[in-house]
Amino acid sequence: MKIGVTIFPGSNCDRDALHAVELMGAEPVELWHADADLKDSDAVIVPGGFSYGDYLRPGAIARFAAVMGPLEEFARDGGPIIGVCNGFQVLCEAHLLPGALLQNTHMRFACDRVRVRVETTDTPWTSGCNVGEELTLPIAHNEGNYFADAETLARLEDEDRVVLRYLENPNGSANDIAGVCSEGRNVVGVMPHPERVSDPVLGSDEGMRILRSVLAGARV
Amino acid sequence: MNVQETYSALGLSDSEYDRVLELLGRAPNFLELSLFSVMWSEHCGYKNSRPLLKRFPNDGPRVLQGPGENAGIVEVGDGWALAFKVESHNHPSAVEPYEGAATGVGGIIRDILAMGARPVALLDSLRFGPLGEERNRYLFREVVRGIGGYGNAVGVPTVGGEVEFSGAYSGNPLVNAMCVGLIRTEDLMRSRATGEGNLVVLLGSKTGRDGIHGATFASDELTEESESKRSNVQVGDPFAEKMLIECCLKLLEEDLLVSLQDLGAAGITSSASEMAASGGVGIDIQVDRIPRRERGMEPFEAMISESQERMLAVIAPDDEAKVLALAERYGIGGTVVGRVAEHGDLRVIENGEIVGSVPAEHLADAPVYEHEVVRPAYLDEIAAFDLESLPEPDDYNEVLLKMLAHPNLRSRRSIYRQYDHEVGTNTVIRPGADAAVMRIKGTNRGFAMTTDGRGRHCYLDPRGGGEATVAEAYRNLSCVGAEPVALTNCLNFGNPEKQDGYYQLAECIQGMAEACEAFGVPVVSGNVSLYNETVRGPIYPTPVVGMVGVLEDVTRHATPAFEREGDMVVIISQTPPLARELPLVKGDRLSGSGYLEVIHGQVRGLPSTANLAEEKRCGDLVRDMIRSRLIDTAHDISEGGDAVALAEMALAGGIGFDFRGEVDVREALRGVRADAFLFGEMGGRYLIAFPEDRWDDVQGALEGFAYDWLGNTGGRRFKIGGLIDLGLEDLKSAHEQDLFGLPGDVIGGAEAVG
Repeated sequence: MKIGVTIFPGSNCDRDALHAVELMGAEPVELWHADADLKDSDAVIVPGGFSYGDYLRPGAIARFAAVMGPLEEFARDGGPIIGVCNGFQVLCEAHLLPGALLQNTHMRFACDRVRVRVETTDTPWTSGCNVGEELTLPIAHNEGNYFADAETLARLEDEDRVVLRYLENPNGSANDIAGVCSEGRNVVGVMPHPERVSDPVLGSDEGMRILRSVLAGARV
Repeated sequence: MNVQETYSALGLSDSEYDRVLELLGRAPNFLELSLFSVMWSEHCGYKNSRPLLKRFPNDGPRVLQGPGENAGIVEVGDGWALAFKVESHNHPSAVEPYEGAATGVGGIIRDILAMGARPVALLDSLRFGPLGEERNRYLFREVVRGIGGYGNAVGVPTVGGEVEFSGAYSGNPLVNAMCVGLIRTEDLMRSRATGEGNLVVLLGSKTGRDGIHGATFASDELTEESESKRSNVQVGDPFAEKMLIECCLKLLEEDLLVSLQDLGAAGITSSASEMAASGGVGIDIQVDRIPRRERGMEPFEAMISESQERMLAVIAPDDEAKVLALAERYGIGGTVVGRVAEHGDLRVIENGEIVGSVPAEHLADAPVYEHEVVRPAYLDEIAAFDLESLPEPDDYNEVLLKMLAHPNLRSRRSIYRQYDHEVGTNTVIRPGADAAVMRIKGTNRGFAMTTDGRGRHCYLDPRGGGEATVAEAYRNLSCVGAEPVALTNCLNFGNPEKQDGYYQLAECIQGMAEACEAFGVPVVSGNVSLYNETVRGPIYPTPVVGMVGVLEDVTRHATPAFEREGDMVVIISQTPPLARELPLVKGDRLSGSGYLEVIHGQVRGLPSTANLAEEKRCGDLVRDMIRSRLIDTAHDISEGGDAVALAEMALAGGIGFDFRGEVDVREALRGVRADAFLFGEMGGRYLIAFPEDRWDDVQGALEGFAYDWLGNTGGRRFKIGGLIDLGLEDLKSAHEQDLFGLPGDVIGGAEAVG
């Protein structure tokens, strides 16, 4: 299985994601922002960082990168995509996911480990987890405060599209939301970084519960 | 302005100007004078510190690059090496704290990049005045925001550091940033320019007027006028730096570089003249080709501008197209601005005309000043200390809580939570332990890093403080199981032209050098920051040490956290055992201690000095015990003594502690003051914890050492027989308060204290 990792100028978790893909036993593929080509990836990770320096708004400029054209097409075709941290912000800006990520309510960058609960296993990125399963995952963001209007939030809840929920809200997110999925369920955005806990030598590989899920449902 | 006014305004003395005349054999023009002024500043030329720095040992079996390059390099094994250096950004941070700190981080990253290494870790040593003052709170908050704002975006994790607060730093904060980079030993890059006809390429951002005369600014005392030098402070762009890093690493990977140099203090002037001087060649800079951010810049401005996020590379003419294409791919500027020449001069050319020409070796040859070392009178005055004159507290619960809440001892979590300390997925031991530990992907190896400074100790006893600073770093690395291999230092001092300042500098260096010799840890890079004085006086002499160590098996490490209920807690000491012979606890352990400052508001007395040979022996023992998996909990005893160290271990693990069960410590002390027992400080001491069934093996390892069993872990209370009995929650709410005083916090629990 080939898993692509997009690289925008200013992405800084791209190498971490590529390494995690290797640990998953899949083939990592670099997807350069200026190339409108997903290089036959079976799944795509949009990694964290500060794409385009977070200028204007996090993710706002990245959505216009050349690689986003085929990525949007891939999303429409049901391809599994996960946006992590800045990647989540990019996918929201590209309207592949609903809502937006505002500045943390405490107005400070937050790098920590947080407890989250898996709310749905009906996505390619959580299919290997159990509903209600609790994971400890790293966060590192200044704009992780998930926001959507009341109607959208109600829809997300009704349609079982909240993927991860914080047990202790670290940033002011509506409904303690740490991750959501698209209407088609194949596009997932999460603020915590599963790739940062993908190796026991770093103290935990709980993030693999999420990343490895995609292997099971691989479209070959 | 006449000539004298001009060179004085540029920071050159009469004798220095005469020396310029002598070296050139003619009068310099303004551009040339500017070049000398920046290159002969203390910041670039080390004119007051050079002879003293020679006292440091620089060689060791792992040293691949000692002082003199952009960073030192040591071998780790498996073909890997570490490049590292610490550098100050004190003066810019005093004036514009966010940008000052941010560009300090950016600058040290480029030093590491210039060696060809990928920057993989950042640490920061910070000093501020007390948080009771609004200005100090502002500086602290903005410096931390600046470090995070830059480091987080550029994608290099901030994994460690330290901070202290004291009146000595009011108005003159210290901001020292350390960067560590990883490199394959065969890829080492040097900054030496070679090959006549090779091209000089400026990579990165455009050049503006920011930071003009910044190096000169950094080599002067801070006054009211400093605020008006705000324009001297550079502005950072971490996004541009990120692209510059990736571009330079790609150029190295494709073997397109002859040499590489960062642009820091004194900009192109410094970089080009150093590259030329070390290569024994000349460099022509076509100043009109330097891409500008502003109109109407004079040649001298373009030459000494400290605009950030720029590097200077020397490349072969045939590679020009490839190099410029890669710069374009990464969206950064790439412009050929000069060439390597045979003549040996740094020559500035504007529109085909030579507008300045100075032999590069003369720029690199700043004058050297040696001053007389005279013992300051203040040392005798503050050495006097009589413990008996101080009332002994009657509520030690309250004293411990006050100690733990003091900004100097409080948890640093509210700081490091603002730094991304995990990006790169290599961080094995995260901030909060004695040292940070990182793994090297594809190997079993790891490395550890710590930064340490002991300003108060250096003020009270410069030589002993110098020793203690290096010893602290040695202990911190030993506590995580790393073998200390080399260090970098940043020497933050007052004005060296004043007798007290020079004495402190000379004596601290002497003490540090002796400790380096005793431990076998060479100094491979460093930086000086002198003239840290304001109208309120000089700072504490504060040499900061950044030490790195190696772990052959990164999984064999320890942290301060109690890991299990029922573990035995043992103290290892370089003196006769503490608990077994309690009367040996002497009051002089409180001389110059944190307890004396926090609880009694006194900074005086001669701190006890370390026995360097014993320090090494104990550190080596603890490391061996960790390596052999005998222990996985270790912590050194430092500021705040045994009681604070034990409380830190309990809090880190979320497990309580009981001191030897039912022993009544007060009675056992037989008249010795309990505060000296609980909070006394001296070097070479460690606390370890391990399951009881390992006691025989541990005793075997400890043979020949002074040690004693102190108690056991367990429960939710922290008890030291009859003296202290507190719930972990009480300790936590004191220790883990936010240092930034958000609403609802008690700002600096210390302010309430005498």
